[in-house]
Amino acid sequence: MLRSKTFIETYQEDLSLFRTVWIKFWMAILLVGIILFPFMVGRYTLYTINLAGIYIIGAIGLNILTGYTGQISIGHAAFIAIGSYATTILGVRTALPFYVIIPLSGIIATLIGVLVGLPCLRLKGLYLAMATMSFGIIVQYVLFQWEGLTHGALGMAAPAITFLGFNVDSDRKFYFLIAVIVFLLGFAAKNMMRMKIGRAFVAIRDRDIAADVIGVDLTRYKVMAFGISSFYAGVSGSLFAYYTTHVNPEYFTIFLSVEYLAMIIVGGLGSILGSILGALFIGVVPEWLRIFFGFLNNTFHLSGLVFTQQLKVITYGVLIILFLIFESGGLFAIWQRMKTSFKSWPFTY
Amino acid sequence: MSGELNYLLQLFVSGLSVGSVYAVIGIGFVVIYKATKILNFAHGEILMIAAYFCLVLIESLHVHFLIAFFLTLALCAVIGLMVERFIFRPMIGEPVFAVVMITLGLSIILRPLTGMVFGFGNVMFPSPFPQKPIVFSNVVISYAHLWTFIISCAVMAIFFLFFKYSKMGIAMRAAADRQIVAFLMGVNVKKIFSLSWAIAAATAGIAGILLANVMVMNLNLSFVAVKVFPAIILGGLDSIVGALIGGLIIGVFETLVGGYLDLYLSGIKEISAYILLFIILIIRPYGLFGTEEIERV
Repeated sequence: MLRSKTFIETYQEDLSLFRTVWIKFWMAILLVGIILFPFMVGRYTLYTINLAGIYIIGAIGLNILTGYTGQISIGHAAFIAIGSYATTILGVRTALPFYVIIPLSGIIATLIGVLVGLPCLRLKGLYLAMATMSFGIIVQYVLFQWEGLTHGALGMAAPAITFLGFNVDSDRKFYFLIAVIVFLLGFAAKNMMRMKIGRAFVAIRDRDIAADVIGVDLTRYKVMAFGISSFYAGVSGSLFAYYTTHVNPEYFTIFLSVEYLAMIIVGGLGSILGSILGALFIGVVPEWLRIFFGFLNNTFHLSGLVFTQQLKVITYGVLIILFLIFESGGLFAIWQRMKTSFKSWPFTY
Repeated sequence: MSGELNYLLQLFVSGLSVGSVYAVIGIGFVVIYKATKILNFAHGEILMIAAYFCLVLIESLHVHFLIAFFLTLALCAVIGLMVERFIFRPMIGEPVFAVVMITLGLSIILRPLTGMVFGFGNVMFPSPFPQKPIVFSNVVISYAHLWTFIISCAVMAIFFLFFKYSKMGIAMRAAADRQIVAFLMGVNVKKIFSLSWAIAAATAGIAGILLANVMVMNLNLSFVAVKVFPAIILGGLDSIVGALIGGLIIGVFETLVGGYLDLYLSGIKEISAYILLFIILIIRPYGLFGTEEIERV
């Protein structure tokens, strides 16, 4: 059925997130697909997708700060680390249930994010990039050295999740937990970015002085951007700790921050769907390449060809550069173009 | 001389030596920043590649140190030119975010690549300087540190003269000041960009070889450039004099912190510079000598 132009007749319709019957229809299909997905794939695929789901939350957070508000952060790993360690320490030392610990980890990350955000208010662009990068290095150092709290380089074992008497321990159970949280936080972010806050963020990104002139409180909204971004990072880190069952300071390097930047650049800056696409892409691509390298090995009997951690890092770097040069809108822009050309087929626009 | 004072002096001297290398690295950042408003996150990787290249020339090809030194500088300049021509020239006019992210992407590509080519382990750089240290009224200084300081000072002096008196240097300053006006006055701005990258990469090469003499050589060499961020912020991103003084201050500060506080907080030396960076950013975000950006509405 050819869809004609959508006419919006009431204010209610204009506000709604899913405007047409068809969007609702596709969303329903997507929902069913998401629910059926873990029953159709193998354990390893599910593991990859679960990690990608955790990435999505962190990527949305970084996109709010860097993509929407335009504040370059190379210290996102620090907030994820704070979330992870908050979860582990709270889980080991207290008897709080996980549905309290996850938001609490987010809130702890938020508080520290606001603390960091305050001195960074006067900074812009490159200076901010350097400051956040330094913050990331400082946090990693603290995690290594504060052995009384973090057990230093040994890392800590994270607690298990129990919910209403049964253990959330299999990949499939984690899949649903992560899916629910991704849905909630993604939905919240999507709505926030349509609201006053989101518009203020975009105004700050596009021209901060002009935003100030038209009445956007720069201090308040910049700190808010730092806070929200840190909250998402904290929740992402918390889930990461629960899922991988072990946290170690070595994981939270500057490369993790760059990985997250790669996600939002590949996905599309200033777009929630872009964060999701980018995180899935960055989460899945190394696995594809691993399979591809294995295939090459088996077919051509090349023993030396192994997809290593180094190659993974190189892949991320190459992706960042290629996307920035050739498709600065990211996967989101590609998706938009595909959708438009599909909708208006057989016409060009 | 009392032991306490002697210790302080000792720390101060080695701090100056480290700081002078930071200054040379800082100059590389500032030269690129002034010309193109790009902060090159891949600077440390160029530095690291230079050190490894020089090592291979000396160890495997048995080239004399001095010849290897200049060959390395030439290679670095070529790397700088290529990077500018093929990656950053197409990006002229793009947002700062995109360009900076590309340098970041470049840096994470170059690190593992270097490891794959030259190996990931620790290696010893065959230092051309005598191992026996000089003792100068109870203050001990190694030849490597002394030469590091002398060479760094020489580099800084050359830069000072170059920017002050040479035609090219003046053209570079003009282009940094007002690009369009300089262009209209007949300065070849594209050539200036290329030259800036070449010069910056060459200074990275010098710093890399000097550092390889005084440090354990592995892939972490590239992180030294990250440590120079506090120095250039302290001095101001767009000031060469600032990079010099900032580098020296950070070097001395870091060594003093390492010397006095390391007993209580192990490893504090490694992050002291970053903590200082935060403090500087809060007090004077544009640094000691940087131009304060005044925005009027």
